[in-house]
Amino acid sequence: MGSPVKITVSGANFFYGSNQALHDVSMEIRPQFVTALIGPSGCGKSTFLRSLNRMNDLIPGARLEGKVELDGENVYSDSMDVIHLRRRVGMIFQKSNPFPMSSYDNVAYGVRVNGLTKKRIELDEVVEKTLRAAALWDEVKDRLHRSAMSLSGGQQQRLCIARALAVEPEVLLMDEPASALDPISTAKIEELIYDLKRTYTIIIVTHNMQQAARVSDETGFFLSGRLVEFNETKKLFTAPRNRETEDYITGRFG
Amino acid sequence: MRKFVDRTFVVLSLAATVIILAILFVIIGNIAYHGTERLSWEFITAAPESGMTAGGIFPAIYGTVLLVLLMSLAAVPFGVLVAIYFAEYARPESRLYRWTRMAVNNLAGVPSIVFGLFGLGFFVQSIGKAIDRAAYSGRLVYAQPSILWAAMTMAVLTLPVVIITVEETLRAVPRDYREASLALGATKLQTIFRVVLPQAWSGVMTGAILAISRGAGEVAPVLFTGAAYFLPRLPSHPADQFMHLGYHIWVLTTQSTNVEATKPLLYSTVFVLVVLTFLLNITAILIRNRMRKWAVR
Amino acid sequence: MKTKFRNSERELKPATTFRPNVDPNVVAGVSPRSQFRHAIDRLAEILISGVAFFTIAVIFLIFVYVGKEALPLVWGTSDGATIASPFTGPFTWQPVSTVPKYNVFPLILGTLKVTLIAMLLGTPLALAAALYTAEFAPGRIREWIKPAIELLAGIPSVVLGSFALLVLASWVQDAFGIVYRLNALTAGIALALAIIPIIYTISEDALTAVPRLYREASLALGASKAQTAVRVVFPSAIPGIAAAIILGFGRAIGETMIVLMVSGNSAILSLDPALPVRTLSATIAAEMAEVVVGSGHYRILFFIGTLLFLITAVLNWVGDRFNRRLRERLFGSS
Repeated sequence: MGSPVKITVSGANFFYGSNQALHDVSMEIRPQFVTALIGPSGCGKSTFLRSLNRMNDLIPGARLEGKVELDGENVYSDSMDVIHLRRRVGMIFQKSNPFPMSSYDNVAYGVRVNGLTKKRIELDEVVEKTLRAAALWDEVKDRLHRSAMSLSGGQQQRLCIARALAVEPEVLLMDEPASALDPISTAKIEELIYDLKRTYTIIIVTHNMQQAARVSDETGFFLSGRLVEFNETKKLFTAPRNRETEDYITGRFG
Repeated sequence: MRKFVDRTFVVLSLAATVIILAILFVIIGNIAYHGTERLSWEFITAAPESGMTAGGIFPAIYGTVLLVLLMSLAAVPFGVLVAIYFAEYARPESRLYRWTRMAVNNLAGVPSIVFGLFGLGFFVQSIGKAIDRAAYSGRLVYAQPSILWAAMTMAVLTLPVVIITVEETLRAVPRDYREASLALGATKLQTIFRVVLPQAWSGVMTGAILAISRGAGEVAPVLFTGAAYFLPRLPSHPADQFMHLGYHIWVLTTQSTNVEATKPLLYSTVFVLVVLTFLLNITAILIRNRMRKWAVR
Repeated sequence: MKTKFRNSERELKPATTFRPNVDPNVVAGVSPRSQFRHAIDRLAEILISGVAFFTIAVIFLIFVYVGKEALPLVWGTSDGATIASPFTGPFTWQPVSTVPKYNVFPLILGTLKVTLIAMLLGTPLALAAALYTAEFAPGRIREWIKPAIELLAGIPSVVLGSFALLVLASWVQDAFGIVYRLNALTAGIALALAIIPIIYTISEDALTAVPRLYREASLALGASKAQTAVRVVFPSAIPGIAAAIILGFGRAIGETMIVLMVSGNSAILSLDPALPVRTLSATIAAEMAEVVVGSGHYRILFFIGTLLFLITAVLNWVGDRFNRRLRERLFGSS
C-alpha cells in the first residue's frame, strides 16, 4: 500500500494482570480516515482504543506487549512524553463528562493546562473556533459562562468534543460517543464526525453497526481480543471475508 | 400469638429509641433552661470577676476560638495532603497503604487523654526543650504548656477526622473526570488541583468543621498542654497559656468552692459550648447532605 | 432514521495530502514545555508523598513518645519506681506518700467496673434503637432519628460530665439510696450516654447495609417483619454489630472527662457499684498536672497511658476487622 499511515499497531498483546485482553493485534490507521472498531462487548475494542493514548497506564497491573507507533514513533518507548502524546491524541468518552465548570472553562481547560496561551483574546478565539467546529457555538454562545451541567446530553457530548479539539490534537479517539444519546443527538454527532474527518484522524468504537457503516471509511471487527477482520467499511459490510464477521454483522451473534 | 410477639418486639425497640431521644431531650432541655437564665451580652464579652461568680467568659471563648484556629491551620493542610496522597497516589492494594490507612483509622479511636500525654511528652518536653536550648539558651519559654502546644496536640487528635473525610470525598469524585483531564494532556497534579479538589471542596469543608467541632469540645488533651483556669490577660504569644471553655466547665463543676454562686455561670458556659459545637456539627451535616444529593445527580 | 448512509453514496477517497495539525515549533514527541510540566508533576508527587509520610510518621511518634516517657521504668527511676511497680506490692494506688504505692490493679478493676456498667446499660438500648431505626421506623421518622441520636455524640464529654454531676448524680443517689453522691453506678450511667451514639451509629450502618433482597426473600416466605429482622437481618449484620460493641467498649475504656468528674476518684478495691471508683484514664488526667517531670510517678502515669493506648489500639483493630468481615460477607469484598 502506498498510502500514508498515521498509527501502526503491530503484534499488540494486552494484559490486565494475568488476563489477556488483546491477542496479537496489528492494524494500520490511515490519516484523515474514520476507522470504526466494532464487536460484541468485552471483545477488546475499548482496550485497544485506550492503548493508543496510553489511558490504560492508569489501571494498575495493565501492560502492553508489541508496538504502537504514531507517525513512526513508538508510543510505548521510555522517551515518549505521555502528556504530550495525550495532547496529540484526544479522547471522547462514552459518557459525556464535562467538568462541573462553565462551558467556556471546559473548552479552555486543555488550553490552560497545556499553557498554550495566556491571553484572554486568544483564549476567546480558541473557544469560539472549537465550539463552532463542534457545531455547538450557536447553542451556547449566550450562556458560555453558565455551568456545562445545564446542557442537554447531546450538547454535553459535543462540548466534550470541542474540549478535545481545543488542544489541537491530530487524532481523535471516540469510545462509543453516542451510545447514551437519543437518535437526533446521535445524528448530530455523526454529522460532526463526518466534518471533522477533513482535519483529524478519527478512531471510533461503536456497538452500533449502522453507525459504523454510516460514518467510517474502514472498519475493524474484534472478537475475544482478536482483530478478526479489518477492511474498507463497504467491503466489510457487503462482502465479509470471515465467517465470524458475517455472523456478527448479520445479527446471528449475541 | 406470633402477632403478639411481633408487636412486643417492635414496641420494645421503639421504647429504646424513645428512651435515648428522651435522655437527649432532658440534657439539652436542662442546659437550655438553666443556661439561658444568666446569658447576656455581657456574659459573652466580659472577663470573669469575683472568683468566677460574676462577669463573663470572654477569655475562655477567645482562647477556645484561637486554639481551634491554630489547630485547623495545622490539621487541615496536612490532613488534606495525606488524603490526596491516599486517594490519588498510593496504590490501594499495596501493603504500605493498607498499614498506614489502618494506623490512621486506629488513631481515630485512641483515647484523647493519650493525646494529652503525647502532647506533653513530644511537644512540650521534646520539641519545646529543643527550641529553648537552640534559641533561648535554655531559658524556659517553649518547654512548658502553651496554646501553641495545645493546638498542635489537638491537631494531631483531629488529623484522622480530616484525613478520613477528605479521602472519602476524593474517592467519590468519578474517575471519568480524571480521565477526561488526563486525556487532554493535563498532568496528574493539574488534574488533582483543577478538577478533583474543586469537586471535593465540600468534603474538605466537612472535614475541617468536624475537626473544629471535635477540637472545641475536647478537654482531656489540653488539661496539661496549655489550658489554665484563670488568666488576667488574653494570650498574645504562642508560648502563652490560655483559657478554654471546656476546661472552664470542668473546673467550675468540680472545683468550685461556692457551688450555688457559680452554678448559673457554669450553666451559661455549658450552654455556649453546646451551642457552638451543635452549630458546627449541623453545618457539617448540612454540607454532607448537600454533597450527597449533588453526587447522585 | 433521518441520517443518510453517507458511505454508501460516496466513493471512498483516501486522503492524499496530510496536514499535521500541530505547532510547527514542537518536534514530534517531546516538547520542552511539557518536559517542564513533567518535572513539576514529579516534584509535586514527591512533595505530597513526603508530607504524607511526615504526617504518618507523627502518628507513629505518638506511640513512640508515650512509650518513651515510660521507658526508664525498665531500668528503674532514681526514686525507685520500676516496670514491676504497677503489678507488685499491696493492691493500693497511693502515688503521693512517703512510700509510694503504684499498684494499678484497683485502677484496672475500677475501669472495668465503670465500663461494664456503661456497656450493660448502653448496648441493649443502642442496639434496640438501631434495629428500630433500620427495620421498623417509617421512612420519614427514620430520617430524623439518626441525626438526632448522632447529635448526642456531638455533645462534648465535659458537658455530659457536668450534667451528670449537677443533675444525674442526685437522681441516682435518691433513686438507689446510695451513701456516696459520686459512685461507679452514676459514672457508668453517664458513660453510657457517651457510648450509645457510637454503638448505635455503627450497628445501624451495619443493619442498613444488609441487602433488601434478604429481607424480601424472608418476607416472601411468610415471615413477619420482626422475624425477618431477628432471624435474617440481625444475623447477617453480626460482624458489624460486634464491631459496634467493641468500638464502643474501646471508647468507654478511654473516656476521661466523664469519669474524672463523676466517679468520685477513690481507688477502692471493691466490686460494689455504689462505691466511688478511680479509672486508668481519670488517674492520668487528675495527677499529670501536679507531677514532677521525670519522677517515678510521672513515668508510671505514662506507663498507664501506654497501657490504655495498647488496649484501645487492639480493640480498634479487632473492631476494624469485624467491620471488614461484614463487608466481605455482604458484598463479597472489602
